[in-house]
Amino acid sequence: MSLFINLTLNGVTNGMIFAAVALGLVFIWRATHIVNFGQGSMAMFTTYLAVTLLDRQVNYWLAFAAALVAGLVMGAVVETVLIRPLRGKPALNPVIVTLGLFILLEGMAGSIFGIGNRSFPPAFSQAGLTFGHTKVAFSHFDVFILVAVVVLMLGTLVLFRATSLGLRMRAAAFAPEVARLLGVRVGRILTLGWALAAVAGSLAGLLVAPTVSFSPNFMDLVLVYAFTAAVLGGLDSPVGALVGGLVTGLALSYVGGYLGSSLEPLGALAILMVVLSARPEGLFSRPEPRRV
Amino acid sequence: MLDVEDLSVSYGAVRALQGVTFQAQDGSVTAVLGANGAGKTTLLRTVSGLVKQRSGTVSYDGEKLTGLSVENIVRLGISHVPEGRGVIEELTVDENLRLGTLWQFNRGHRRSVLDEIYDLFPPLAERRSRMASTLSGGERQMLAIGRALSSKPKLLLLDEPSLGLAPMVTAQIMAMVQRLARETRLTVVLVEQNVRSALSIAEEAVVINLGRVVVADRAATVAADTQLRHHYLGF
Amino acid sequence: MPSIPDQPGAGSGTVAADGVPDAVPDAEMPGSQSPDMPSTGGRPSIRFPGVPWLRLPRQPLLRHLLFGAVAAVGFYLLTGSLSAFNNFRLGEIALYAIALAGLSLLTGTNGQISLGQGAFMAVGAYTLGVLMTHTSWPLAVDVLAAILLSGALGVVVGIPATRLKGPYLAGMTLILALALPRIADKYTAFFGGDQGLTVTAPTPPGTIDPQRWLTWIQLAGAIIVLILLANLLRSRFGRSFRAVRDDEIAAGLAGIHVARTKVLAFTVAASCAGLAGAFLGLSIGVVNTGEFSLTLSIYLLAGMVLGGAGSLVGAWWGAIVIVFMPGWSNSIANSFSLGSAVAANLSLVIFGLVLIVVIMAVPTGIQGGISWLAGRGLSLVRGGGQPRGSPAPPAIATAPDITTGGG
Repeated sequence: MSLFINLTLNGVTNGMIFAAVALGLVFIWRATHIVNFGQGSMAMFTTYLAVTLLDRQVNYWLAFAAALVAGLVMGAVVETVLIRPLRGKPALNPVIVTLGLFILLEGMAGSIFGIGNRSFPPAFSQAGLTFGHTKVAFSHFDVFILVAVVVLMLGTLVLFRATSLGLRMRAAAFAPEVARLLGVRVGRILTLGWALAAVAGSLAGLLVAPTVSFSPNFMDLVLVYAFTAAVLGGLDSPVGALVGGLVTGLALSYVGGYLGSSLEPLGALAILMVVLSARPEGLFSRPEPRRV
Repeated sequence: MLDVEDLSVSYGAVRALQGVTFQAQDGSVTAVLGANGAGKTTLLRTVSGLVKQRSGTVSYDGEKLTGLSVENIVRLGISHVPEGRGVIEELTVDENLRLGTLWQFNRGHRRSVLDEIYDLFPPLAERRSRMASTLSGGERQMLAIGRALSSKPKLLLLDEPSLGLAPMVTAQIMAMVQRLARETRLTVVLVEQNVRSALSIAEEAVVINLGRVVVADRAATVAADTQLRHHYLGF
Repeated sequence: MPSIPDQPGAGSGTVAADGVPDAVPDAEMPGSQSPDMPSTGGRPSIRFPGVPWLRLPRQPLLRHLLFGAVAAVGFYLLTGSLSAFNNFRLGEIALYAIALAGLSLLTGTNGQISLGQGAFMAVGAYTLGVLMTHTSWPLAVDVLAAILLSGALGVVVGIPATRLKGPYLAGMTLILALALPRIADKYTAFFGGDQGLTVTAPTPPGTIDPQRWLTWIQLAGAIIVLILLANLLRSRFGRSFRAVRDDEIAAGLAGIHVARTKVLAFTVAASCAGLAGAFLGLSIGVVNTGEFSLTLSIYLLAGMVLGGAGSLVGAWWGAIVIVFMPGWSNSIANSFSLGSAVAANLSLVIFGLVLIVVIMAVPTGIQGGISWLAGRGLSLVRGGGQPRGSPAPPAIATAPDITTGGG
């Protein structure tokens, strides 16, 4: 029983991280109809930047913020330099370019930051909390993860629903030509969308790094699981990213716990196959209405 | 004043417009008429910057529009209601209207501008928090025009507003457009297949056939020329 | 397919002064990207202006066999003069060419982007390893089993893949590439764990050098596969592949069974990868998961893009780059004294840049560039100015071509 509880808690915290990365994927999909396969590597790179700062005794939270800002800049640069020139070309091209970005960043991280295994210090204690007499697999750091992702989600909600910028972003995503006719600078909005998505990814990277062995491919599986989560929830639904993340996190936690961790990716594949066969648009996606 | 000079537009090898020249005076309604595929929609899309011209110029109040981006043309006070209206279904009526005010007005002003639009179109006021997908055809047309007006433009480009609308609704909309032009010195360029209703509210008329201007004259003159009407306008 | 009677001036090109139709050289290169030409009766050979002694058989199969024979002779001579290590590399080039050719068919010709080609190679390699370790069947049977098993898996994966478009398919195959090798991690007893499974190279007959023998086998495999694929691409299946890539709905309306076409492409690609994986196992002598990481699949994609998507000749270019890249990276890193961290990762950086730069600047890859140059060069040979003759037949994606094809 305690295994089940621990697996569940573990699944929830992992799920929140998948949700954060999935949210970034959703932003980019809604804005540009591209899946950014480089999302994980971009997050990994900014996390490496943070660790480099920490090595130089920079204040933890400063390094944390620096990583997020680096993500913002990186997202904007990638959209402007790599993605925008491809608009109007065949749809496979951005997919391949983001894959290129994926390994480019892994190679760069390995070259610049060295291959030796580092560790990323956690912001808070990773010791399991004690409730009464039982220790559970839930630590202060896990609480931090939950809070951070919830703040991210709420921030996104507020941005989209309650601000003019959010209105412009939604309009640019739903109907770019009409938005342009209403004076929305759609090009800049798309760049901003990528930048914000990259921030979500960077946050996820900072949350994952203390829990795994830190190397240039530490985000590979996270990206893949986040993709599964995003597809499960619906590639155009932020709510779906959250729900999909939690479901995926839980499911994979149980698979890993009861069947063995080597089978987790297979579990993700199974989830993906089921979703794509039964309800390819995902749980929460809205069917695209016709434009009139 | 909108000044179109020797405008030529091509889609690949297809010549959509050739040597189109005409003016639209301030505070007047200019009807652009012609058969399907004559190039009327292309003309509006070129003015608003969605389509790049091959040669020729478009200027408004002396400022050259050709070569500017859509967003910058809009900021010169030009609003385009596209063919098909372009109502954003996933947003509410209020959000659709607000979208037009964002670049022009700061927070304080926006509400009052929106209230003016709601006064102009009472049915929209009733439905302001409803999703745009729930509106009828006539209501959508009102929303599209209201949205275009919400930035207080000087030039309004209307592409086939009567499309899919019942005659009575069309008449109401046309009457409103005419009133706006007269009362607010709004310049209107109206592309229409419904020639009668267009000519009934227009001062000037431009007839386009196969991408070329056939006639540019007073609307009354064009309406009276039965041969012209038979040949190019179908009645 | 009904053959269209040849008439002077009609058909696909103009007629030169001697009554022989001008060649459209691009179309006659084995496995080139240009579309099929309707087979014409009448003239038995294709000639090239300015090169009167060069005649190619008009029938695709004969042409491909001829190229294959020439290549076989060339390779035989080449292997004789190369060192053992270079023969080893030549064999590697051959096996990667097989994998890339299959991927090129799937992604370039049929438009299904797959990041799982490395996973299918793993299936082929592990099948070979397992059979060698646990049975005493002859090598040929083991290799055949590798091809069949990976082909079968190709069907299994290809069926759900028919419903997926671009990024979804990429994502699914990405997970496949990560998930499949992990199965070997789980069942270490059967799959040899970290050590992997040992694979013994085939014993050559007589006094032939073992490495040469292995390289011959790999080259023979490559030539045979490429001939088969070239014929497949010229046949109605090839036209179906392209039609489905260009417009699924139109293809369906034209009577093509879209799902079957897509699954066939997947199966062919997977079988090629299986063979390549088996050959890789034979080359290295051991099969373990380290060889078949996600990086391999992305390298294969990069190799395909670089060589030219949809081009069989391009598969060789891509294979050469894949085989030589680690060496080049090392040399570059060493000559600039960049340190071991860079040396290990430079290949990743370069392949990443390749993917990005090629797609953005030269989407048709090396082979596309060569075809373009050849076209320009030929117009010069013809005496400057515009190339004469009607343009090459339009890409076979329109319905009428398929229906007149008939079978």
